[in-house]
Amino acid sequence: MATLEIKDLHVTVEADNATKEILKGVDLTVKQGETHAIMGPNGSGKSTLAYSVAGHPKYTITQGSVTLDGEDVLEMSVDERARAGMFLAMQYPVEVPGVSVSNFLRTSATAIRGEAPKLRTWVKEVKSAMEQLQMDPAFAERNVNEGFSGGEKKRHEILQMELLKPKIAILDETDSGLDVDALRQVSDGVNRVRETGEVGTLLITHYTRILRYIKPDFVHVFANGRIAESGGAELADKLEAEGYEAYTKGGASA
Amino acid sequence: MAEAQNIPVGSTTAGSIAVAAESTVATRMSAPPSFDVDSFPVPHGREEEWRFTPLERLRGLHDGTAVADGGIRVEVSAPEGVTQETVGRDDARVGKAGKPVDRVAAQAYSSFEKASVVTVPKETVLTEPIRIAVHGEGGTAFAHQVIELGAFAEALVVIDHTGDAVLAANVDFVIGDGAKLTVVSVQDWDDTAVHVAQHNALVGRDASFKSVVVTFGGDLVRLHPRVQYAGTGGEAELLGLYVTDAGQHQEHRLLVDHNTPHCKSNVVYKGALQGDDAHAVWIGDVLIEAAAEGTDTYEMNRNLVLTDGARVDSVPNLEIETGEIVGAGHASATGRFDDEQLFYLQSRGIPEEEARRLVVRGFFAELVQQIGLPDVEERLIAKIEEELEATVA
Repeated sequence: MATLEIKDLHVTVEADNATKEILKGVDLTVKQGETHAIMGPNGSGKSTLAYSVAGHPKYTITQGSVTLDGEDVLEMSVDERARAGMFLAMQYPVEVPGVSVSNFLRTSATAIRGEAPKLRTWVKEVKSAMEQLQMDPAFAERNVNEGFSGGEKKRHEILQMELLKPKIAILDETDSGLDVDALRQVSDGVNRVRETGEVGTLLITHYTRILRYIKPDFVHVFANGRIAESGGAELADKLEAEGYEAYTKGGASA
Repeated sequence: MAEAQNIPVGSTTAGSIAVAAESTVATRMSAPPSFDVDSFPVPHGREEEWRFTPLERLRGLHDGTAVADGGIRVEVSAPEGVTQETVGRDDARVGKAGKPVDRVAAQAYSSFEKASVVTVPKETVLTEPIRIAVHGEGGTAFAHQVIELGAFAEALVVIDHTGDAVLAANVDFVIGDGAKLTVVSVQDWDDTAVHVAQHNALVGRDASFKSVVVTFGGDLVRLHPRVQYAGTGGEAELLGLYVTDAGQHQEHRLLVDHNTPHCKSNVVYKGALQGDDAHAVWIGDVLIEAAAEGTDTYEMNRNLVLTDGARVDSVPNLEIETGEIVGAGHASATGRFDDEQLFYLQSRGIPEEEARRLVVRGFFAELVQQIGLPDVEERLIAKIEEELEATVA
């Protein structure tokens, strides 16, 4: 069973000619089949965790380790991480002009699977995944993320998650900017992948709303660059009632 | 309604955009058009039309020191019905499409020995292209080529430049009423070649002209495609694509002179740059003269800077002397190869080199599709990939 282990992760970023430490010792283990929610206020470092694990060049790891089944993830290039089974659904997916969704998906699936998917089954696979996410088939001919609405971008991210079948998926604020209908469709997509039992999900969110649709096994409160508290689904209810105040006060002095 | 726009998208430190101030197409030339080289002073480099060009790399084409020594081979192959002639400068068809506008073009006109004239008779519709292969064999040459289409004729001309040469040339396209001419000019020179050419198109009444300029090679390539209309209802489409590598200077200067009412023009040039001191220059001049009511024009230049150390100068310039037009606009943008795009594609398992290829292919795709000639399109895509392989390696 695949396991992502993050140990004592420290990450800095260069901003305004200064080095700023964003992550200050994150410990987290996510196993295939589990769903973890990471919740926290803006600026607590949640997205930094997602992007540094995926290998975004903007972030520098200064301490700690990230391993997938014992393999050193930090030594891998961004694409190697993806081929090892990691997936990041981005909060702000990037436009790629002139590259169609269908070309992109097929190129990506070919890279991840190690061989080009058979055209006939592939077309069916994409079509049915798109239908389930209630995406218009014409969508496949549009350029990647170009002119997509907020909801279309997120659906497109989850479509990729369904097709690429990662071992560990990090969903960075996938719920932000979605209306209730879109949130439900996106959540249904995530749940279809979870039900296979073959993905470990790290759900990063600011709000508890998405947790009504995607039930986490574990909830972690993220504050001031580390996990401040961990618990079960009930911790989300506490956050819903009390907010993040109890966690942010201590962080202000750091 | 006139609509002018200039949208710099993501201009970067690596690329730079210059936007024309108030200079006019006419006044920014240092001398009026002329066939006589002595009408033009030897440029010193600060003139508006020369300020982007490294004169020291022109190998004497600009100051009279370049001496023709042959060394260039031209082969014309044309389908039946097309005539080819070699004529002197006194032939009425030579220079009919336009006069030289700078010293190098005038030098070419003053120095060529014989002009080549290819004629497609009226109402002749060719199904096979006319191919003109220009192969440099290390020498210096001055050339003049005329391609004339009679009324309602239709032709495709592919001009291929390969090898090593120092070449100054004028190419005239005389397009009869209702005729259709597509010209593809490929500059696939060795990296040592110097090529300076003026293309003059005279578009007849209801005629259409499509120019596809593709520049990959050369140490210095400076092309000057120009369009004028001989009657109403003419259409000109000027498409260009360039991949500028380290140390190369590739300059495309366009002029569409809307001197006649109810004509159309559409200009789209796209370039990718990579490597230290890769320098691309694009000047897009569109002039809508007072008489040219009902004009419809648009011009666009896009550049994709793939690495540090490359430079782009993109200067769109639209001058409108009448408000009674259908439309007029221009756009210029220079963007850097986007690290976020690369991250996004890589995070989906796509290796870096393949991700770069996808993005560059995507950048050129729309333009390549507009060419409308499948074999040319395929060749271009293959060539673009080859150029990119060279960087990755």
